[in-house]
This record gives sequence, structure tokens and C-alpha cells, in this order.
Amino acid sequence: MNEGWDWDLHTPLAVTAVTETLYMVSLTLLAGGGLGLVLGIALYTTRAGAILANRPVFAVLNFAVNIVRPIPFIILLVAAAPLTKLIVGTWLGTSAAVVPLAIATAFGFSRIVEQNLVTIEPGIIEAARAVGASPLRIIFTLLVPEALGPLILGFTFVFVAVIDMTAVAGIVGGGGIGDFALSYGHQRWNHSVVWISVGIIIVLVQVVQLFGNRLARKALRR
Amino acid sequence: MTAITETSDATTGIRPAHPNSIIELHDVSKTFPTPNGLVTAVDRLDLRIEQGEIFGIIGYSGAGKSTLVRLINGLERITSGEVIVDGVDISTIPEAKLRPVRARIGMIFQQFNLFGSRTVAGNVAYPLKVAGWPRERRDARVAELLSFVGLLERAHSYPDQLSGGQKQRVGIARALANSPSILLADESTSSLDPETTQDVLALLRQVNRELGVTIVVITHEMDVVRQIADRVAVLDNGRVVEQGTVFEVFSAPKTTTAHNFVSTVLHDVPGAGDLDRLRSEHTGRIVTAAVADSSRVGSVLSDAGTHGVRFEIIFGGISSLQGRSFGSLTIELTGPDAGVDTVIAALRAHTTIDEAVA
Repeated sequence: MNEGWDWDLHTPLAVTAVTETLYMVSLTLLAGGGLGLVLGIALYTTRAGAILANRPVFAVLNFAVNIVRPIPFIILLVAAAPLTKLIVGTWLGTSAAVVPLAIATAFGFSRIVEQNLVTIEPGIIEAARAVGASPLRIIFTLLVPEALGPLILGFTFVFVAVIDMTAVAGIVGGGGIGDFALSYGHQRWNHSVVWISVGIIIVLVQVVQLFGNRLARKALRR
Repeated sequence: MTAITETSDATTGIRPAHPNSIIELHDVSKTFPTPNGLVTAVDRLDLRIEQGEIFGIIGYSGAGKSTLVRLINGLERITSGEVIVDGVDISTIPEAKLRPVRARIGMIFQQFNLFGSRTVAGNVAYPLKVAGWPRERRDARVAELLSFVGLLERAHSYPDQLSGGQKQRVGIARALANSPSILLADESTSSLDPETTQDVLALLRQVNRELGVTIVVITHEMDVVRQIADRVAVLDNGRVVEQGTVFEVFSAPKTTTAHNFVSTVLHDVPGAGDLDRLRSEHTGRIVTAAVADSSRVGSVLSDAGTHGVRFEIIFGGISSLQGRSFGSLTIELTGPDAGVDTVIAALRAHTTIDEAVA
């Protein structure tokens, strides 16, 4: 009796869910992406022999990333609750879900950033140092532009991963497509709702990936 | 070598002891920590490079050349000693103060090290941006530099669309952007084909003559030194084992390392294998005479007959370098011992003689 897509009931709910997902994803990418970029650059530039080589700073950052990254997101979501409450005022709801999402994203993206920067020819950095460029200038005018293509692809990868993570945001009342699929689909044994939700997510991911690939190709001039 | 000793003794302050020096290294060492302990790349080295010259530094890979050249613009900091560039002691100044000094020292690389995300014009403009040039002046300067290296029409190309020779031209234009007084060329032709190498060397010569830029050429190819350098230092195990004008080092190499480098381009002196063959084929005494503009080897030999001595030229060659003739001839002398001794003594009076002892 719960089978099928009830246009009047499910459509507005799905629209709300998609809005919530997009809200969480965009805020997460903004905060987590920015933080991840900074963290990744810091990891790369403080390692031994790099332009801002600093063993203690690198050790701390490296350790922090290694500690946070393996935590399963569903546990991080709950474990981060006190911090979330401090930042957002509550640990429940769509906005609150962004905090753990952004943390997971920042730490995950930092490694991707670091890995992409490592592929930059060291000679290029040396050439910039040889003309008297400061480390900060090298970071912003060379490192980021030189690795832009792979960085965009990495960011796209993270985008998709964030959509994936938002599916469990329902645990803290975050809502979103994943939550909609679980509560209106799976829990009420309504497979149409589940499959339509899956379809929406697939479309979302496809659009993002297509867009990311285009941008990256443009950055790589290929 | 005497000149170097003088500077070491005289220099306690930061000003160069020689008025014409643009680069002076005094007792410079550089060590690197490695998992297997300290490695000494540059070992208590003294060097003096004069304003306006093209100075070659040659050595095998691992001799410390690349480290040495990076000590001059402070990309690597020395472990001990003193480096004076353009009157500034760069050994003690902090990294931030080193940057403006570096901006006045151009550098080009074996792998060109162009910025792939920037166009040719963008690459050349980069040092100018770093130096804070305003846009309009920058554009004019970039155009000027690109026409100097003959690449104005490629201004909007990206480095991966250029040939190796073109890339190095862009590298040279970028290195010259801030009108440096010194250009460091680190194996700048080592990844180019012979023809392109000629073009790039010609361009470097032009940079030296027309712009008065002092050029330090790091290479493992003696032919590059022969074609372009005024003076040369031979580097081995982080030390200068021999130095002098290119003519001096080529015509009379003193060390085995220098001799080996010279013999890679000049084949006028018989090697060990050649000598074995010559000895097995010739029964007389075999001597090798150095030949220069005034060595008169021919005149001496023409008188050999009066001592009952016959001669045969069995190896050698004479070429020209820095506008002077030089080379060597290996001669077999046959006849009475006393006569042969007399001829060898006569040759010795005019030039350097090596006798191949059987």
C-alpha cells in the first residue's frame, strides 16, 4: 500500500530534500574545500626540503590528518557534536550537519591537494626562487596554477564524496536526499522512492562530474 | 692559482679584493646531511670570476657543479666560508634579504623549468611582476626581451608547444628580464641536440657581448667550454683542481681530470690504447710534442737529418682556440742514440715534450 511515487506527497518532500542536500554540499565545499586547500598547501610546503620547510608544523599537521581521516563519517558526525554545538549553537539540523561534513572534507581534500602539488616539477619552484619570488607568491602564483587541472578533478571527486556523506546526515536531523530515501523509501518499504532518490543522486553526480571534467580540461588546455 | 691565494689572504671584509671581481668564493664548503652521514658537495673551494667574462665550470656528474652554482645565488646556503656577489656578502644575509639579490642574477636550467601554466610572455613577465613593474612597462619589456631571443611571434604560445631550443630561449629571456649583471647557466645545453646547442651558445655569446652580462657556464661537456668560455675551472670532488684560460687548460692540462676532459674534444694526444698500438708498430723512440704558435717543431725536425736521425709523424693534430694555434704531434725518431737525444733536447728547448716509455 506504500508502493509507488505519490506525486502530491513525495514530490514536495523530494524538492525539499534536494534543496537540503545542495545546501549542505555547497556550504561544506566552501568551508571544507577552502580549509582543505589551505591544509594541503601547508602539508606540501612544510615538508622537508620544501619552500616553508618546518618539521614540527609538518609533523603536527600530518598527524592530525592521519588521525581524522580514518574515522568513519557516521561516527565523526556524532563525535563532532560538542564542537558543532559550539559553532552553530545546536548539533541538530541541516546547518549543524555541515560542521562534521566540512571537517571530513577538509582533511580528505588536504591529502588530495598535497598529492597533486607533489607532482609539480621541483625545478619550476627553483626557477621562481631564482627570480626572487617569496614563498607566498610561489604558492599563489605558481603552485596553485600549475596544479589547477588535477586540483579541479580532485575537488570534483570530493564533491561527489560529500553528496555521498550527506546521505547519513539524517542521523543528526540534517535531512537531504539520502535521508528522504531512507525514511520515506526504505523504512516504509517503498522501492519507487528509493530508486527515484538514487536516480536523482546519479543525475546530480553526473552533472557535477561533467562540469568538473570540462573545467579541468580547460585548465589543462587539452 | 696565485691570484686566488692572494684574495684569500687579503680578504677579511666583504668587499672584493679584486676590483674586477663580480663573484668571489672564499674557502667555501657545503655539506648535506644524508642517511649515510654528511656528504661534502663543495670542499673548501676558492673561486674568482671577473666582470664581463664567460666562466666555465666543468666536472663530472657528482663533482659538485650544480651545488656550486646554487651557492652563487643562494638557492643553496653555504656551510662555511664566504660568497661575495657584486660586492654583497650573501653568505650571512637572511633569505628575505637574499631575494632582491637573486632577482639581479639570472639563471637558466638544463630542463628549462618554464611555468607550464603561463604563456611564453607570461613566463618572461613573471620576474618583472615579482620585481613590481607596472603593467605597461612590463609589456614593453617582455616584447623587447622576446625580440632579443627571436621569439616575439610565439608570445602567446604555451611552453609545451615549443621545441627544446625555443624553450631555452624563453628561459634566457626570463633570466634576463631584470637586466641581471650575472647569468648562471646550469647545463643549459645538455638536453639539446648539437645544432640547437650551437644556437643557444651563440645567443649566450650575444648576451655576454651586447649586454655585458657575466656568464657562469656549468657543464660536463668540454666542447661547450671550448666554444664559449674565456676561463675555466675544473671541478673534482667539490674542489677546483685546475683553472686558467681555456687556452691554458686545453693546451697544457695539468691534472688527470682536466686531461680527460680535454681529450673528449681533442684527439691530438694519443691515449693509452693508441700508444700501445704505436709502440707495437714503430721501433724508434716515440715523443709527443705540444704545438703552439711559436713552438717551431717543424724547424727542429728539419735539422734532425744532420744528427743522422729520421723522423716520422705518427699521430696528432693542430687546431685553433681563442684565436691561437695549438695541438700536438707524436713523432717517431730513429737513428743513433746520441743523435736522437740531441733532437729531443732541441725540441725541449722550444716546447713541452712527453716521451712514451716502452
